[in-house]
Amino acid sequence: MTVGEIAAALHLEVIGANADLSREVRGGYASDLLSCAMAGAKPGDVWVTLQAHLNVVAVASLTEVAGVIITEGARPDADTVKRADQESIALLGTKEDTFSTVARLVKLGVGEPVSG
Amino acid sequence: MVAAPGLLNGSELTKAQELVYELKVGQVMTPEVVCVSPEQTMGELELILRDGGFAGAPVVKDGHLVGIVSLQDLILSLEQGAVDDPVGNWMSVDLLTVREGDSVIEAVKAFSQRPVGRIPVVDVRGSLVGILTGGDITRGLVRALDVGYRQGEISQYRASHIFQDISSDDTSLTLRYRIPARDFARSGEASSKLKRALQRLGGRPEIVRRLAVAAYEAEMNLVIHTDDGGELLVDMRPDRVRLVVTDQGPGIEDVSAALEPGFSTAPDWIRDLGFGAGMGLQNIRRCADEFEIESRPGVGTRLDIVVRMAQEERLGRPGQ
Repeated sequence: MTVGEIAAALHLEVIGANADLSREVRGGYASDLLSCAMAGAKPGDVWVTLQAHLNVVAVASLTEVAGVIITEGARPDADTVKRADQESIALLGTKEDTFSTVARLVKLGVGEPVSG
Repeated sequence: MVAAPGLLNGSELTKAQELVYELKVGQVMTPEVVCVSPEQTMGELELILRDGGFAGAPVVKDGHLVGIVSLQDLILSLEQGAVDDPVGNWMSVDLLTVREGDSVIEAVKAFSQRPVGRIPVVDVRGSLVGILTGGDITRGLVRALDVGYRQGEISQYRASHIFQDISSDDTSLTLRYRIPARDFARSGEASSKLKRALQRLGGRPEIVRRLAVAAYEAEMNLVIHTDDGGELLVDMRPDRVRLVVTDQGPGIEDVSAALEPGFSTAPDWIRDLGFGAGMGLQNIRRCADEFEIESRPGVGTRLDIVVRMAQEERLGRPGQ
C-alpha cells in the first residue's frame, strides 16, 4: 500500500505541494519523542506523531520513513512545510489522536506481513 | 532530474538507435514459447491462443521449427468450418526467422520486410529458442535505456571514485560542520548534508543510516545543550568513518549517568519539542563500532565514534 492510498483511505490531509505519495508503506511507528523515532522507525514505515515542527522533517528524512501522519490537528508551520517539500516528504494531517490513527492503520493492514 | 518516461530527447533517440545495433535478439526475445504441433487441430489451437492471450504460435515437430500459425490463419479456418483440420494444413511454412545472436536491427528489418506480428528465434542449429514481437523490441530498448540512464546518473552524482582517483598512502576526506546553539530552524541540516555526502561516496544504506542517526543525535546535543554550539568533524576513509563532535561547554557533570537510558537534563520546553528523551547518547552508542566520550564541566565535551565498514561495504568500491 502506498502513502497516497493510506491518505485516501483515512481521509488524511496532504500537507505541502511536493509530497511523494508513491512510496510503499511497509510498517508503522508511533512516538512523539524524536530520539525514539530515530532509534525505532524503519525505512518505509509510516510515522505517527503529534509533533509538527521542523525537526520532524529532519528525523523523517534521516530515518527514510515513507510518510508522517501528524495527529490531533497539529499544524506544521510554513518553514516545516517548505522543508518537507524540498525533501519530498509526505506530511499527512488528521484531527484524530495517535491511538485512533494507529488503530485505523492496523485495520488497513499496515504492519502485517505481506502474504504470498 | 527525472525525465518523463516515453519522452525521448535528441540524445536519447541517438542512444536508442545505437542500442538497436548493440542489443542482441536473445536479450529482448520472449524465451518461453508456447508451441503447437502440426498434428494438433485448429480447435485446439483456438483454446491455446485464447487461454494464453497469444496472437500466434510456432509449430514444432520433433524439436524442429516447421512453421508458424497466426490468429489470422485460425480465423480463416473457422470461417471455413475447419475446426478439426490439423494445424499443419493452415500454418505458414515460408518461414522468416532470426537468430538469437543477431542484432535487434536485423529483426527490425525483418519486420519491415513482411507483415508479420512475430518472428521465431532460432539458435545456430536451427532449434527454436524464443519468439520475438515488436513489443519485445520496444520493451528491451526501454529497459536498456533505463539502465543506461541510471548508470549515467550514478556516475554523475556519486563521488565514490574520489578514493580511487586520488592516490596517496592514506587518503581521507574531512568534512566539518559548525553547529550553532539553539538554532532549531537549522538543526538537522548538518546530518542531512552528511547523509547525502555518504550516499554520494557510495556508502551502503545501513552504514549511511547509522552514521546519519549518530550525527543527528550529536548535532541535537550541540543545539540543545551547549553554550556556543560546537563542531562536527567527519573523517572518512574507505574502510571507516570517524565522527568527532566537540564543544566548549558547559560539559557533562556525570558522564556515566548521562549514558543511562532516560537520563535527561533538558528543560520542559525542549521536551515539548520531542527532544530530551534521554536517548541521544544511547542511540549514538548503538550506531557506533567504537564509542568514547570525555567531558569536563566548564571546559567542554568531546565525543569520538567510529563506524567501520567491511570489505564489501567500503566507500568508493570499484565499479560504482
